[in-house]
Amino acid sequence: MNQAGFPLLSLITFLPLVGCVVIMCVRGDEETVASNARWTALWTSLIVFGLSLILWFRFDPSQPGFQFQENIPWLGGEYGVGYRMGVDGISVLFVLLSTALTPICILSAWEAIHTRVREFMLTFLILETMLVGLFSAQDFVVFYIFFEGVLIPMYLIIGVWGGARRVYSAVKFFLYTLTGSVLMLLALLAMWHYAHTTDLAVLLNTHFPPGMQIWLFLAFLASFAVKVPMWPVHTWLPDAHVEAPTAGSVILAGVLLKMGAYGFIRFSIPMLPHASAAFAPLMFALGVIAVIYTSLVALAQTDMKKLIAYSSVAHMGIVIIGFFTFNPQGISGALFQMLSHGVVSAALFLCVGVVYDRLHTHVIDRFDGLANRMPLYAAVFMVFMMASIGLPGTSGFVGEFLVLVGALQVNFWLALLGSMGMILGAAYMLYLYRRVIFGVITKPDLKAILDLSPREVAVFAPLLVLTLWMGIYPTSFSSFWDASVGAVVQQHSAAVAGAKAAAMVPHGPRLVLARAIAP
Amino acid sequence: MNWTLALPELVLAVCSMGVLTFGVLRGKDSTLACTMLSLGALLITIVLVLATPFGVAYHGQFVEDSFALFSKVLILAGSALAMIASLDYNAAQRIDRFEFPVLVLLATVGMMLMVSAHNLMTLYLGLELQSLAIYVLAAFARDELRSAEAGLKYFVLGALASGLLLYGISFTYGFTGTMDFGRLAQVLIDPAHVSAGLVVGIVFIIAGLGFKIAAVPFHMWTPDVYEGAPTSVTTLMATAPKVAAMALLLRVLATPFGHLLGEWHLIISIVSVASMLLGSLAAIGQWSIKRLMAYSSIGHMGYALIGLAVGTVAGYRGVLIYLVTYVFMSAGTFGCILAMRRRGRALEKIADLAGLARTDPMMAVGLAIFMFSLAGIPPLAGFFGKLYIFLAAVQAGNWALAVIGVLTSVIGAFYYIRVVKVMYFDPAEEAFDPRPAALSFVGVVGGLVTLFFFLFPGPIVGAAQAAAQVLLG
Repeated sequence: MNQAGFPLLSLITFLPLVGCVVIMCVRGDEETVASNARWTALWTSLIVFGLSLILWFRFDPSQPGFQFQENIPWLGGEYGVGYRMGVDGISVLFVLLSTALTPICILSAWEAIHTRVREFMLTFLILETMLVGLFSAQDFVVFYIFFEGVLIPMYLIIGVWGGARRVYSAVKFFLYTLTGSVLMLLALLAMWHYAHTTDLAVLLNTHFPPGMQIWLFLAFLASFAVKVPMWPVHTWLPDAHVEAPTAGSVILAGVLLKMGAYGFIRFSIPMLPHASAAFAPLMFALGVIAVIYTSLVALAQTDMKKLIAYSSVAHMGIVIIGFFTFNPQGISGALFQMLSHGVVSAALFLCVGVVYDRLHTHVIDRFDGLANRMPLYAAVFMVFMMASIGLPGTSGFVGEFLVLVGALQVNFWLALLGSMGMILGAAYMLYLYRRVIFGVITKPDLKAILDLSPREVAVFAPLLVLTLWMGIYPTSFSSFWDASVGAVVQQHSAAVAGAKAAAMVPHGPRLVLARAIAP
Repeated sequence: MNWTLALPELVLAVCSMGVLTFGVLRGKDSTLACTMLSLGALLITIVLVLATPFGVAYHGQFVEDSFALFSKVLILAGSALAMIASLDYNAAQRIDRFEFPVLVLLATVGMMLMVSAHNLMTLYLGLELQSLAIYVLAAFARDELRSAEAGLKYFVLGALASGLLLYGISFTYGFTGTMDFGRLAQVLIDPAHVSAGLVVGIVFIIAGLGFKIAAVPFHMWTPDVYEGAPTSVTTLMATAPKVAAMALLLRVLATPFGHLLGEWHLIISIVSVASMLLGSLAAIGQWSIKRLMAYSSIGHMGYALIGLAVGTVAGYRGVLIYLVTYVFMSAGTFGCILAMRRRGRALEKIADLAGLARTDPMMAVGLAIFMFSLAGIPPLAGFFGKLYIFLAAVQAGNWALAVIGVLTSVIGAFYYIRVVKVMYFDPAEEAFDPRPAALSFVGVVGGLVTLFFFLFPGPIVGAAQAAAQVLLG
């Protein structure tokens, strides 16, 4: 049995579904149902968050392996598949991120969602189940089911409660991500067939033949690149963000974008060291393009949500660069960047949501001089904007700095190009901030706009605390994954060194190429 | 000779005669009673099937084994669901004649014979019994032009397919001297007995059976017949007969011709790929949900055929699991389609579903579950069907089929989620008439199996495994 003494992870994963059942049982007129659904969803997600705090306190960071494990045979004794749950240092904080952001999303949707409230809360709780399950799955089949299961609630959230072009975005989101996922399914089947198990703990220590690794890596890439999203398959993201309701954007940017990057660090890098090393230059190239190109695109945006969406692509590019440096600083920094981006981009979308709720638009030109009427809002927005840029003292700085340190050990130019992201990030964020917040109010409908309500303050307060806490004392977060990251790095270098020792191998040239580009 | 092995079939045949007599004597208003009696007969038959011992009877013409057991239970479940679903629809369409349940029972007897056939002759008899009953059913709304056309079309093309099948059987008999599955398998162990004529015979048999499962290029009749036949009949056609024909194809190719895998696996692979491609591409442009389901069924048979083309126990098992998920998904879907009725008029346009999420949330949730499941999205049943099929393909190293399979499933997902889109994203139209309880029942049964398949896959996979092992001896 695990540390908690009871199946904690399953409880966290499936408790939201209990909330769903309760919501479905509510009867009465529309107003009663809506109000009951809101409160039930909020309390469910708060209880889930409370339970997940046990993970925070009882997790043993010195252990690199999986903890809080559960294992039940499943799929009719089909060889090697089981309902296995467990978290290690890499995944545990993402479970917490999901459970922390869900109540915030529900709070933010309190008034913004006024049609079909019950259905909205239902899909949101189902989404929470999928996300938590995804990060706490310790079995590939279980992981895959949650990974793809996310599609259904997200499709409905974008399509039902989104803006004008919601249907187009929803379908695009669905088909892009499904295409990637099914290719990963093939990789799953190949690994299952090869290793005779889908237990991640075993797969992590299985040595796949180098030739097979190349194909597996490509299949994973197809899936994870869409979810990250990496250039050039990022185009669904701005569309989905613009049209999604605020709460949808928040969970999309906060947690869903982490799924792809999590896939890389959970599967591609530890399980396929040779292919990862061979493809590292490609990944660097894609990462750098994402950072520079999407930052430039962000500069030209006229829609706040689109701008932040493009900045997300740029930030995730940094994450990808960090992972493929294969050194502790780079990977640790990338994980930190993921966590930080989860909080900061979620907060930025909430900031957009605040003005959207008042004016029902997020076109930048519709706003000016908000600081005059909304000083509190301007201050909050500024903190998150600075965190997004990566100002020291905020969470954004730690991750980007560590990634750049890691990148510097690989290649000077890589680090230089990667750091362009910070400069361009400062450019587009400050430009956005100036246009929206500063100046004088000229638009008549802005003259009576109200500052943050107590509910909105309650939404922002925890995110604000987290952003500063992560920036000022990052160790309290990074200590969770240090042991796991160390194990990943060690395993990777051992595998690559082993390949070097057997230098005459058929895949030598690719490795040589990799090192020639990244000496 | 142990004639009791065929007791379930005998009982069901006698019951159908009994119901017919009852209907004739009671006259016009006996439809409900006849349907109830028929349902009772199906239930008794399921119990009998479960109790029947395994063995071979009637001089090796009839076999009862775990494969037959598995298929029969599924066939009976499919027939029963289709019969329940037909109740209110037939009454509303004024085709509630007592012959309907009788014909369904006769078709079911035929299907049970098909999966128990151990001789090419038994196979043919079972197939014809099933087909003749369904030809009549397709034209059951005899005053309606479309239905009569569907029945005629189905009959002409079906008769052609039967002819091809018979022709193939005669070739096989001519070149091997036997029609018994067991003896065919023995004879064909020796490659010297494999002649070009025999291969021609096998190709004809595959063509004949391919027509019955509506695989490309023998699929032409499907959209027209699905659309023209009364929806209650379409429900039947989409469930039980598909299981029977696919099971028959499995048994024929795996048992007597199992050693000739090298000869037929390429044909099956091509048919499979063509079906998946056509099923996913042609459905995109459809506006009628019945035609959409017709193309969808073509695609799904393509996926199932991957398991057959692989030619391993895992592959055959995959096909059987796929059939289980498919039967419940499509029964549920048709349950929803049958409930599409406004002011007494039956509807079948996809656009008629607009805004269903507002007017009837429960039905919308149900249909959404079926659509996502047909698209193969986890954790719904359809995903597990595909998982086992693709797993078998990967295990056998047949990457081409697996890759084409997953890519076409993405294309297919487009039109399934379009149905969800219409229901959830489009502005609401007038509400449908209240759902009859029988249809809700079918939808709930299908929905529960589809939704909770992942909780209890063990027994189903185990039974499918046992059934698949029988095929390879």
